[in-house]
Amino acid sequence: MSRPQGGGPRRVAITGMGVVAPGGSGRKAFWNLLTDGRTATRKISLFDPAGFRSRIAAECDFDPAAEGLTPREVRRMDRAAQLAVVSAREALADSGLVAGEGDPARFAVSLGSAVGCTMGLEDEYVVVSDQGRDWLVDHSYGVPHLYRHLVPSSLAAEVAWAGGAEGPVTLISTGCTSGLDAVGHGARVIAEGSADVALAGATDAPISPITVACFDAIRATSPNNDDPEHASRPFDRERNGFVLGEGAAVFVLEELEHARRRGAHVYCEVAGYATRGNAYHMTGLKPDGREMAEAIRVAMDAARVAPADLDYINAHGSGTKQNDRHETAAFKRSLGERAYELPVSSIKSMVGHSLGAIGSIELAACALAIEHGVVPPTANLHNADPECDLDYVPLVAREGRIRTVLSVGSGFGGFQSATVLREAA
Amino acid sequence: MATRERTIDDLRALMRAAVGEADDIDLDGDILDSTFTELEYDSLAVLELAARIETQWGVLIPEDDASGLETPRMFLDYVNGRAVAER
Amino acid sequence: MSVLTADAPAVTGIGVVAPTGIGVEEHWAATLRGVPVIGPLTRFDASRYPSPFGGEVPGFDAAERVPGRLIPQTDHWTHLALAATDLALADAGVVPAELPEYEMAVVTASSSGGVEFGQREIQALWRDGPRHVGAYQSIAWFYAATTGQISIRHGMRGPCGVVVAEQAGALESFAQARRYLADGARVVVSGGTDAPFSPYGLTCQLGSGRLSTGADPARAYLPFDAAANGFVPGEGGAILIIEQAATAQDRSYGRIAGYAATFDPPPGSGRPPTLERAVRAALDDARLTPADVDVVFADAAGVPDLDRAEADAIGAVFGPRGVPVTAPKSLTGRLYAGGPALDAATALLAMHDSVIPPTAGGADVPPGYALDLVGAEPRPARLRTALIIARGYGGFNAALVLRGPNT
Repeated sequence: MSRPQGGGPRRVAITGMGVVAPGGSGRKAFWNLLTDGRTATRKISLFDPAGFRSRIAAECDFDPAAEGLTPREVRRMDRAAQLAVVSAREALADSGLVAGEGDPARFAVSLGSAVGCTMGLEDEYVVVSDQGRDWLVDHSYGVPHLYRHLVPSSLAAEVAWAGGAEGPVTLISTGCTSGLDAVGHGARVIAEGSADVALAGATDAPISPITVACFDAIRATSPNNDDPEHASRPFDRERNGFVLGEGAAVFVLEELEHARRRGAHVYCEVAGYATRGNAYHMTGLKPDGREMAEAIRVAMDAARVAPADLDYINAHGSGTKQNDRHETAAFKRSLGERAYELPVSSIKSMVGHSLGAIGSIELAACALAIEHGVVPPTANLHNADPECDLDYVPLVAREGRIRTVLSVGSGFGGFQSATVLREAA
Repeated sequence: MATRERTIDDLRALMRAAVGEADDIDLDGDILDSTFTELEYDSLAVLELAARIETQWGVLIPEDDASGLETPRMFLDYVNGRAVAER
Repeated sequence: MSVLTADAPAVTGIGVVAPTGIGVEEHWAATLRGVPVIGPLTRFDASRYPSPFGGEVPGFDAAERVPGRLIPQTDHWTHLALAATDLALADAGVVPAELPEYEMAVVTASSSGGVEFGQREIQALWRDGPRHVGAYQSIAWFYAATTGQISIRHGMRGPCGVVVAEQAGALESFAQARRYLADGARVVVSGGTDAPFSPYGLTCQLGSGRLSTGADPARAYLPFDAAANGFVPGEGGAILIIEQAATAQDRSYGRIAGYAATFDPPPGSGRPPTLERAVRAALDDARLTPADVDVVFADAAGVPDLDRAEADAIGAVFGPRGVPVTAPKSLTGRLYAGGPALDAATALLAMHDSVIPPTAGGADVPPGYALDLVGAEPRPARLRTALIIARGYGGFNAALVLRGPNT
């Protein structure tokens, strides 16, 4: 990796943002949904969910052709790749950078995804296996781009092609913290001097039978099939699991001076990031929130931020009992009394849980919260779990000056991540 | 659908196949009344076992009932009672 | 940035689970023998497929090497990594229980995740219905399963990461390990494995168009040979224990001296490929020059166009026949995420024993490649610095510079 050019530590700015989330494509539609407190959870339409335990999800109204993808791109790309590429193009346009301009060697990609091209893999499996009949599947029915589906680094490759990046390109796949970890990695690559600009973000398109079935099997998802709009209820006493989502968010990250030199709009700075493993259980969480608290502490140290400096916490808030209690404890453990004073909200109440993508989608919400001075609410929160006794911003968005934001994530495998975004002073 | 009485040995075989064996737990020992916690079964392991009982023995254990089955004996009683009722 | 100024981290432990054997001794002996261990796949009957060969780990018995409870909840790919991690930790003399929990980190690379496990469960879904998908599908198939299980098994609560860059991923894992160390970790478990052999996994790989369809396993993967006709896939890989230079002291196999990654422009763009730049940047990062490199472990795709492109990049940096080049992966097949991890392990052993391992085939290197390819016999040489090249499908390039312990 190249050496930084003297001077102090390199700071990393967000100068562009693209979002494809349930409830509308583009960051404006996304932000409107959040600030209105509307939910995008509904009955699954991407396949017939009859026979499944959870038949609801937060789907994107996504038309790849209308979003400008060519027929070849549509054919080649899994839905997760399509979401990522459309988000990346929106982010680039927003940043004022033009694909192919600038030094491609100094342009990196760090994309996150938990389950990669699951949807394409499953669609094609059904064909080559004759709907599951054959173990020795018939390769003669295999499509040429099947290999791109098998290895999810193809997602990062598509984003690199879309942006013209020729620097370090990688896919980060740490389950449900992938979206925080990929942005953290992208920021790191810039800070250490290996690149000046990065497309960093995450994508997942997991609303397919196999993913729905695997969460059914462990009762992780909400079975509120009769009332999908109100099914994702983080911190509420009536919650009964998460609601699967899909989507992508991609940022243009840029070395701060690089951004300033070209007069770019700076949303905020990626000020600190850390991840820790709980080394406890692949899906279980201890109620003490200890390792997430450690990630928060390290991320805040890196950002040189004290609890008193925080203005908002974007929670993981998946809507499972163990998660809500785990992270509530983590906030108290890491922030002390300050935890009780801060607004804490979960946008998963509105856009569902898009696995690896959600961490980046949540960071987009955080950056927009700083930009607009609005904290998005936790929808569907009517009666908080008595063990969750923080200010979860029920139902209605809240205005206020927001300079510094903490966003956290927690995922299968024990991953606990924390990111601090800060207004770039 | 299976109709014969399921024994602890049937269940042992299913447990081995579904969840595997921990080094420090003797599945051939007297486990009928050991709790699944004592057998070092986490929630996923219990769910996996219940799923295998459904798919391989044809006995559906509804979620609300499954949470009350804390030992192998309780599983067997449930399965055998249910099998009788269905005949 | 501290990552660039810290003393180069040391590799203190190597765990190999590969077609060449289980453990460093078996692997190294088989590598020096130079006899390919590629044959008809035994994990399933692959005879109906146009590429029925592979490199499988011989005699791997999960029951012997993986805790009983972890066997049904993880894919073969994770089994291989758990076994390799145990070997690597033992080799390094690292006892996780004795170290601070937050100072132990894990980062692995994967390409295809739990593909065999996944095929079983997806078949249950489509053949029998949603209720037939087991509870463990949710934790076995996804790419993060291996890192999560290693972290849990050994109580490692430091940073945990997972990178995917197809064959380039394992080198990225070492770069990530270096970042974790710079941030204060003391020990990092890093590297990669893959286990791409299930019927659906193989079918997906056929889509790359790069698998050899030759009928003779001994001639199926001939990188840099005029008869190159694609590659043969393999399973397994290696896990390395990487520590801060100061704590490694005399336990070191060698050091991670430099790294760089680049990405190729899309086909038809008219822009040049970027592998050469990755190699030069990795050398810059290590503060070395091409003349310092004693051996190159090549990516060795076994696809004529790709072999030529790699030969061109090596020639551009080192000059015609300017450095010995070897491709021991010609013995095992390409292990995807596991491949470059195994190459790194092999390079460290080669530096230790002052011998360059052989390349199978490679008897008929086109003169235009201008490569000094080490042939079927090991070549004794004083080795202080090794360069590992890895390329991932789609345009990923990575280069890693390793130095011997006393450099």
